[in-house]
Amino acid sequence: MEDPVRASLDHCVKCTICETACPVAQVTPLFPGPKYEGPQAERFRQPGASADHSVDYCSGCGICSQVCPHGVKIAEINSRARAAYKAEVGAPLRDRVLARPGVTGPMGSPVAPVVNRVMANGPARWVLERAVGLHHSAPVPPYAPRSFQRWARSHRRGAGVHPDGRSVVYFHGCSTNWFEPDLGRMVVAVLERNGVQVRVPDQGCCGLPLQSNGLFEPARRTLRHLAHDLAAGGGDEPVVASSSSCGLMLKREGREILGLADEDLRAMGERTYDICEFLLDLHDQGALDTDFRRLPLRVLYHAPCQQRGHAMGTPALDLLRLVPGMEVVESAGGCCGIAGTYGLKKEKYGIAMAVGEPLFEQVRTGNPDVVACDGETCRWQITAASDHSSVHPVALLFWAYGLEL
Amino acid sequence: MSDDGEIVVVGAGMAGLVAALRLAEAGRRARILAKGFGATHLSGATIDVLGYTPAPVMSPAGALPAFVAEHPDHPYARVGAGVVEEAVGWLKGHLTDPRYVGDLGRNFLLPTAAGVCKPAAVAPQTMAAGDLRGGGPYAIVGLPGLKDFYPSLVAGNLALATTPAGTAVGARAVEVDLSPGGRVDAGPLGYARRFEDPRFRADFAAALQGRLAADEVLGVPAVLGLAGAEQAWEELEARVERPIFEIPTLPPSVPGLRMFTVLMAAARRAGARVVIGAEVVGVETDGYRVRGVWSGTANGRRFYPTAALVLATGGWAAGGLVMDSHRVVREPVLGLPVTGADDGAARFLPGYLDHHPLATAGIAVDRWLRPVDARGAVLYDNVRVAGATLAGAEPWKEKSGDGISVATGYHAAMSVLTEEG
Ligand SMILES: Cc1cc2nc3c(=O)[nH]c(=O)nc-3n(C[C@H](O)[C@H](O)[C@@H](O)COP(=O)(O)OP(=O)(O)OC[C@H]3O[C@@H](n4cnc5c(N)ncnc54)[C@H](O)[C@@H]3O)c2cc1C
Ligand code: SF4
Ligand code: SF4
Repeated sequence: MEDPVRASLDHCVKCTICETACPVAQVTPLFPGPKYEGPQAERFRQPGASADHSVDYCSGCGICSQVCPHGVKIAEINSRARAAYKAEVGAPLRDRVLARPGVTGPMGSPVAPVVNRVMANGPARWVLERAVGLHHSAPVPPYAPRSFQRWARSHRRGAGVHPDGRSVVYFHGCSTNWFEPDLGRMVVAVLERNGVQVRVPDQGCCGLPLQSNGLFEPARRTLRHLAHDLAAGGGDEPVVASSSSCGLMLKREGREILGLADEDLRAMGERTYDICEFLLDLHDQGALDTDFRRLPLRVLYHAPCQQRGHAMGTPALDLLRLVPGMEVVESAGGCCGIAGTYGLKKEKYGIAMAVGEPLFEQVRTGNPDVVACDGETCRWQITAASDHSSVHPVALLFWAYGLEL
Repeated sequence: MSDDGEIVVVGAGMAGLVAALRLAEAGRRARILAKGFGATHLSGATIDVLGYTPAPVMSPAGALPAFVAEHPDHPYARVGAGVVEEAVGWLKGHLTDPRYVGDLGRNFLLPTAAGVCKPAAVAPQTMAAGDLRGGGPYAIVGLPGLKDFYPSLVAGNLALATTPAGTAVGARAVEVDLSPGGRVDAGPLGYARRFEDPRFRADFAAALQGRLAADEVLGVPAVLGLAGAEQAWEELEARVERPIFEIPTLPPSVPGLRMFTVLMAAARRAGARVVIGAEVVGVETDGYRVRGVWSGTANGRRFYPTAALVLATGGWAAGGLVMDSHRVVREPVLGLPVTGADDGAARFLPGYLDHHPLATAGIAVDRWLRPVDARGAVLYDNVRVAGATLAGAEPWKEKSGDGISVATGYHAAMSVLTEEG
């Protein structure tokens, strides 16, 4: 076996450590757990004969691979098995639509008021659930009237940014573009505040939703396309991502899960940074402006599973602790349940809510002023389930700098 | 070492957790970097300090002075008997759900899933009533479908035992008819989650109604809930109106998971940073000091400058010590010399329980737990080694596994804090 992901199953000693950490197996008997679904079932999978359908209940959170002390790529094995299974049985229309925010975004955004009214409408949501299997309570954010890219095209370099100074490419991701353009503007403002020049090339989706829905061929095409877009007109400056899951796609998942061996993709992955990682590195080099104003907020910081998958620590936590007056508590870990598009589906919504319950409970009892979290779908899930507002950590830095949109 | 520098602890097993918690609670910035979780998730979660020398040990506190005198290279000899006692006492203070009982003055003799009693100095309160000194009579209850827990095996072997005072032990097996419900995982974790539900506990107690003799002590597999286990256990004792004790199962270990959860939360609360899934792949040194470590990330590696390094990477099973196919033995992080394992040494011996040279192999250290070479010269001033990576012990024969990890993890932290390199 040459493929390192599949070969890693031979390192499994059946210690069961991954079993103790899988958030899905904890709440439903429909999923038999990472050890069984990963290294064990994989031995029985043959081309054209997927072992069973339970693999589709793996949310792809990646926690199992993080905790396995023997380097078994459990989540990656599951992800590939799901793709093989979907290729055999076919993916439902719903999954194929949810998996393409880069296509639905341009369709939804121009007619934002109409779409948003439908999505906010109770009976219409029931109809959607019946028709396509999108759970009626699943957290679906409203489309923004104006995309981030439209703003970025007309944005002029901020004052204080020297054209010959440090510069980065900003990989904003679909959610910033279509749903949260203000986050993109804050990222640009915070980087520019620190003298960093920000290039925002026109760009599409990273392919993560396609990958997590088992649609590998289009996922590969999409990721290659993104890498091409991001490289356009640039040199080898760092690529900075504000979505922790999409950033991970560039850093690793494209290689490990989709099996892409392209040299330029690997090189781009190596110069990709999560926004908080990039800012904390600036701080370590003494180059971060720490002239923050007092922001007396009680913040609960939650590192999403995919953020932990970067294995870069929790830079957001270290950054927020630089803000005077801010009281930051780290969540006790765990998963919010949403896992991208997993928790939106009618057959998985209940599982996702049960997975996230300990986290929601922590939010409710801790009652922070705001939750900080690096993943967009995690923020939407946490806010919907706990009734507390949530923001990207960079938004807090933006306010602490006294910046305005 | 500078007062504000971060201290990297490599490994998230018992030794690493203890070191990081002690450092963080003393106000130092500590960061755990671990490839994955350690043996905590497998461990029966009693704190075994010393059970056999090879003679059975009744009192670890009483036996330790002679033991360390006879085993000058043992980790306990390095840190001293006093530190072992202090460290275990400190740990007990942190273990809250469930609380831990006992001390080094006397070993409990606690039934295992094989029905053999294991000496342990400190144990979860939920296990203490199993102590063989009580002599039973034991009713061992099994749960339908629970993998690798056979009440008749436990009871059968217990009935062959005698108490330390020489009296016979009564024991029998009881099966309850209790469906865990649906397609539920009948492993320890699945049952533990069921036991968190008060209704399931009530059903369990009801299924035992009229099945137990008045004087019987009830032994159950250690699955009485994850969070809130102490409360679940107390409530069950009240319901069945007799002492109940948990018996550790085969992995995954519910009591081990509880212990890990409590210690990890305490370390985070005290300010420790934790990165799981981050294998340490190299170090940068400056003469006799380690300046920092490289750990693997999603897209390469990341450098963590460190004022001091605690190496708690475990033994052979965890990858703290490795042997390649040419039988060359290595400590992979710092390349420290491995004492007691000559390259090319025999890997297989005729008897399973024969003394194997690799069993006591590991990293030799001085009394501050700094790694030393064959002549006893310190290799790195700001490195401390703790836990199963250390040379000189045979934990599974001595019954000293977590005792060594707790004592050396604690001492490593204290040594960093007080000696300042
Ligand atoms: C099944 C079982 C049951 C047991 N039951 C008991 C019991 O009831 N009571 C008792 O006292 N003892 C028990 N023990 C023994 C006890 O668990 C061990 O002795 C333990 O104390 C060892 O802890 P450690 O921290 O040294 O190593 P480990 O727990 O093995 O932890 C090592 C850590 O280092 C990490 N690591 C390794 N290499 C690297 C690297 N290069 N970079 C980053 N991280 C790395 C690993 O991922 C892991 O997190 C049991 C052991 C087993 C296996
Ligand atoms: S944690 Fe790793 S080695 Fe242990 S059972 Fe899971 S996959 Fe296997
Ligand atoms: S990726 Fe997440 S849901 Fe899937 S098996 Fe691993 S831990 Fe469980």
